[in-house]
Amino acid sequence: MFNLTLTELATRLAQGDFSSVELTQAYLDRIQALDSQYNSFITLAADSALEQAKLADELRKKGQVGLLSGLPIAHKDLFCTAGLKTSCGSKMLDNFISPYNATLVERLNQAGAVTLGKTNMDEFAMGSSNESSYYGPVRNPWDTDRVPGGSSGGSAAAVAARLVPACTGSDTGGSIRQPAALCGITGLKPTYGRISRYGMVAYASSFDQAGPMTRSAEDAALMLQVMAGLDPLDSTSADQPVPDYRAHLNDSLAGLKIGLPKEYFAEGLDPGIAQQVQAAIQEFERMGAQVKEVSLPNTELCIPAYYILAPAEASSNLSRFDGVRYGYRCESPVDLEDLYKRSRGEGFGSEVKRRIMVGTYALSEGFYDAYYRKAQQIRRMIQQDFLTVLKDVDVIMAPTTPQPAFKLGEKNSDPVAMYMEDIYTLSLNLAGLPGMSIPCGQSQGLPVGLQIIGSYFSEAKLLNIAHQFQLATDWHQQSPAGL
Amino acid sequence: MSLDKSDIERIAHLARLDISEQEVPEYATSISSILSLIDQMQATDTDGVLPLAHPLDAVQRLRKDEVSESNQRERLQQNAPAIEDGLFLVPRVIE
Repeated sequence: MFNLTLTELATRLAQGDFSSVELTQAYLDRIQALDSQYNSFITLAADSALEQAKLADELRKKGQVGLLSGLPIAHKDLFCTAGLKTSCGSKMLDNFISPYNATLVERLNQAGAVTLGKTNMDEFAMGSSNESSYYGPVRNPWDTDRVPGGSSGGSAAAVAARLVPACTGSDTGGSIRQPAALCGITGLKPTYGRISRYGMVAYASSFDQAGPMTRSAEDAALMLQVMAGLDPLDSTSADQPVPDYRAHLNDSLAGLKIGLPKEYFAEGLDPGIAQQVQAAIQEFERMGAQVKEVSLPNTELCIPAYYILAPAEASSNLSRFDGVRYGYRCESPVDLEDLYKRSRGEGFGSEVKRRIMVGTYALSEGFYDAYYRKAQQIRRMIQQDFLTVLKDVDVIMAPTTPQPAFKLGEKNSDPVAMYMEDIYTLSLNLAGLPGMSIPCGQSQGLPVGLQIIGSYFSEAKLLNIAHQFQLATDWHQQSPAGL
Repeated sequence: MSLDKSDIERIAHLARLDISEQEVPEYATSISSILSLIDQMQATDTDGVLPLAHPLDAVQRLRKDEVSESNQRERLQQNAPAIEDGLFLVPRVIE
């Protein structure tokens, strides 16, 4: 049962092989038995999950079946889930009970999904290793001495360990794709605005995008079908039609033009990853795709531009945490300023404070043009690089990460080394383009991710390409030893 | 760009963050190294490039000016650290 995908589980539920209550209880038992090894959940929602499952079973008897009826999933702990804690991995929100559902949670609920719980994450989604969580690090199921990646590390580890068949995640600089790569699962970051941000705790609003984290491209298509679409409650959600993502999964890849950016295969890339990605490209050539080298000349400016813009937006977004309306409040404040400063100083962890300070500095008087405006101009140049290449090829393929999963503590004391982890992923967030990571091999016994990047709103094409690869290979079916 | 102790204290004050004396040197070092990473941007000629604020250059949508929300004060104040008579309590500001 635990090795079945969402799509397969949907068939089994429809056939009556088991009920949603039985399925939900089995997953809850498995999480309780195994998650102490991984720490992938912050909150387990056993009671409400069983109620949702019971309702799904009753509705099914009446013939009322949604796309996800009775299927168990979990949400990254930055999506508001009415009545459940939404901590964002922070002491600041340890006591915060969501008063309402995020739009994507509401949509998944309406489609019949069962929420098993909320997954661990880097504090306020700031991190690439899941070590900045107030609730402790998540461990990679492939090797528990190693990190699962971040910031959606809990979601990635939970799917990899078969504790849940699918999760939601969010991606501001790589936070879906990088942990998906490090844990050997499928992750999709859609086009900016494809999925509503309403009810998702904000980190950097012009970058943040939610997406599915699953065991197959087919499952990602199923999840995206429900999650995507215009939302009047998010003014940045895209007013674009939502295609039938599953209808195109089996399109032929003959004649597909793939671009390989030479800057993404340069110094610093693990040779094992380079080899596996090249082997994956050859697989696509066998399916009739044409491959050519392309160039994204401003690649090295991505990290500098991102680490101005994202912290600047964060310093503004996180000013709402003031110890007055919700969240942590310090003991015995002497005056209002002391209340603000100590509530924030004690409630936020060190990486969050560091990024707030970088952003505050960049936006402070006299520095705006040199930092913020300059970074926004570079953001335009990076977007133009992609648009130029995507006129010439259908998709871009590259490694998702430069290295496989690293050891806990290895990069934790050096923020700049940690930031380099996102070198191949955050360019897409700057440009707002969609990207996927799918498992395409192993290096040093650890999973390797292939990144597939497309034009705006080309999610159906990305899912088609990923699905065809998964029909021809079985990397996505590999699981950590003993699971 | 290298930041010293007083820079960190000034930024922390602007951001309303209480930073302990022991934490200051670590922040000075790490934020200085982040700023030197960022300073790679300065060598790039960006003259005439239009700044990008939104990846799809979207504009705000307008909606009809109709009441769409109900008053949910009590429900929304359930997460507040301290309230009284429907108001948020803070230390005295005006003597």
